Amino acid sequence: MNFEGKVIKYGDNVDTDVIIPARYLNTIDKKELASHCMEDLDATFGERVKSCNIIVGGNNFGCGSSREHAPLAIKESGVTLVIAKSFARIFYRNAINIGLAIYECPEAAEDIADGDCITSDSDTGVIRNETTGKTYTTKPFPPFIAKIIADGGLMESIKKGNIR
Amino acid sequence: MSMTMTQKILAAHAGVDHVEAGELILVSLDRVLGNDITSPVAIREFNKLGYTDVYDKEKVTMVMDHFAPNKDIKAAIQCKMCRDFCAEKEVVHFYDVGQMGVEHALLPEKGLVVSGDVVIGADSHTCTYGALGAFSTGVGSSDMACGMATGKAWFKVPSAIQFVLKGTPKPHITGKDVILHIIGKIGVDDALYRSMEFTGEGAHALSVTDRLTICNMAIEAGAKNGIFEVDEKTLAYIAERSERMPVVYKADEDAVYDEVIEIDLSEIKPTVAFPHLPENTHTTDEIDEIKIDQVVIGSCTNGYYENIKEAAEIMRGRKVAKGVRAIIIPATQEIYLRAMKEGLLAVFIEAGCAVSTPTCGPCLGGHMGILAPGERAVATTNRNFVGRMGDPTSEVYLASPAVAAASAILGRIASADEL
Repeated sequence: MNFEGKVIKYGDNVDTDVIIPARYLNTIDKKELASHCMEDLDATFGERVKSCNIIVGGNNFGCGSSREHAPLAIKESGVTLVIAKSFARIFYRNAINIGLAIYECPEAAEDIADGDCITSDSDTGVIRNETTGKTYTTKPFPPFIAKIIADGGLMESIKKGNIR
Repeated sequence: MSMTMTQKILAAHAGVDHVEAGELILVSLDRVLGNDITSPVAIREFNKLGYTDVYDKEKVTMVMDHFAPNKDIKAAIQCKMCRDFCAEKEVVHFYDVGQMGVEHALLPEKGLVVSGDVVIGADSHTCTYGALGAFSTGVGSSDMACGMATGKAWFKVPSAIQFVLKGTPKPHITGKDVILHIIGKIGVDDALYRSMEFTGEGAHALSVTDRLTICNMAIEAGAKNGIFEVDEKTLAYIAERSERMPVVYKADEDAVYDEVIEIDLSEIKPTVAFPHLPENTHTTDEIDEIKIDQVVIGSCTNGYYENIKEAAEIMRGRKVAKGVRAIIIPATQEIYLRAMKEGLLAVFIEAGCAVSTPTCGPCLGGHMGILAPGERAVATTNRNFVGRMGDPTSEVYLASPAVAAASAILGRIASADEL
């Protein structure tokens, strides 16, 4: 899979309460969840995500609650890829299960600046910062994870018979 | 080949003699849990799979605790979706208003978890049951859906940090101070992907309640699970509540740990985590006057009988400070009833507190005590992220029941010794 887009950059410990505040968890409607994504952290997110579809975070991205609503809200906002120095483990698992691509790449997450243009190929794990010309290499997804993301999530993958 | 406690439980549930850190394994599940927020998403995913039944009607468990009693129409619809699903699939352990409690206090109390179990729950604080020597961890709704359908989940076998506890805590120092002290020491992501295993004479000296509190917040250090060595206290607690036989796993003498950290419980002081991370800890003797607007005593971290009792004894004969709203939420119906029969609820009400039926409510900013802009709360809950209990400019200070009760009386963050 190839990714291309502009970056919205955040710091360390972006938690699930700011990704999607609990006061909105009285719905499972993806569009409604997406409309409140990041609002307690960054009031401009809803506007910026229209032209920026890659999030870059610091350490422990997605820490806190197990709410799958968090990666769902990010994905439904139009974000195609999240790169961070590290991810909280439940968020990491949830992101893959719902088909949101995520890369753990400390060097890239450190260097890449807000507004930079990024391209990436998940087969090779190469991330290229088109703004600065720098490239980074992360471990590519193992085939079964790549398949889940390409299928659009774990359930779709199971339905298609790609997970046995 | 040596293994940690966690690795032994996982190996047994994967049907193999030995596992190693980093290995990917498929394990059988003894319980699959969800609540009124995460289950609706899981049900939607489950229905995509085309299974007609859940894998085990006795092992799938749902607790309506987060926005229940229903806080609004949307929350009511979500609970109804869970209720209808459980009725249709004949799920035995469905806990609705009137029976429910805060899930992680409820499951141990009902005897639904025993030592040696593997439990997944679509709630990050599922790690609480490590207090009983089980492997339990939080997952998302898709994993819950797969678990409900197949009774299986895949895991990467974690390595572990061993915490050797020694000494005895001073009066009013409880599990909350211990875990906040540890998180303050190691940080909110140091245990990422790993187990926190608690051992040593100090661990055995702690009550089961304190162990539940400590394991509950393992996730706040990033851990996959927290787990205590099983002893007579664990077995006595389980024997009172469950007919199932606990299976005791002990770490091998030569088990390999990433780190071994020694904690002297006798040196721990009343500890408070400042906004907006559980690692921002300070002891009460080193802080300036911090005025507060609200106190919440309850949650899966500190809504247990022992906690309610301690808070009541501190508040007995005293009055909540003017301008402070104190909200007491016993975690389960059993705790609520016992507190009522023993007159503890009367103590709270006479002190000027509000006492609520069990709910997660204010802990996650759901209902029953939401903060206005700029307001400050001391809470015995587990998270103090931005906007956690209400407006994004409000603040949550995490503390023990003793500190929360003393703070309610004094109107500022304070230890019980200051009364």
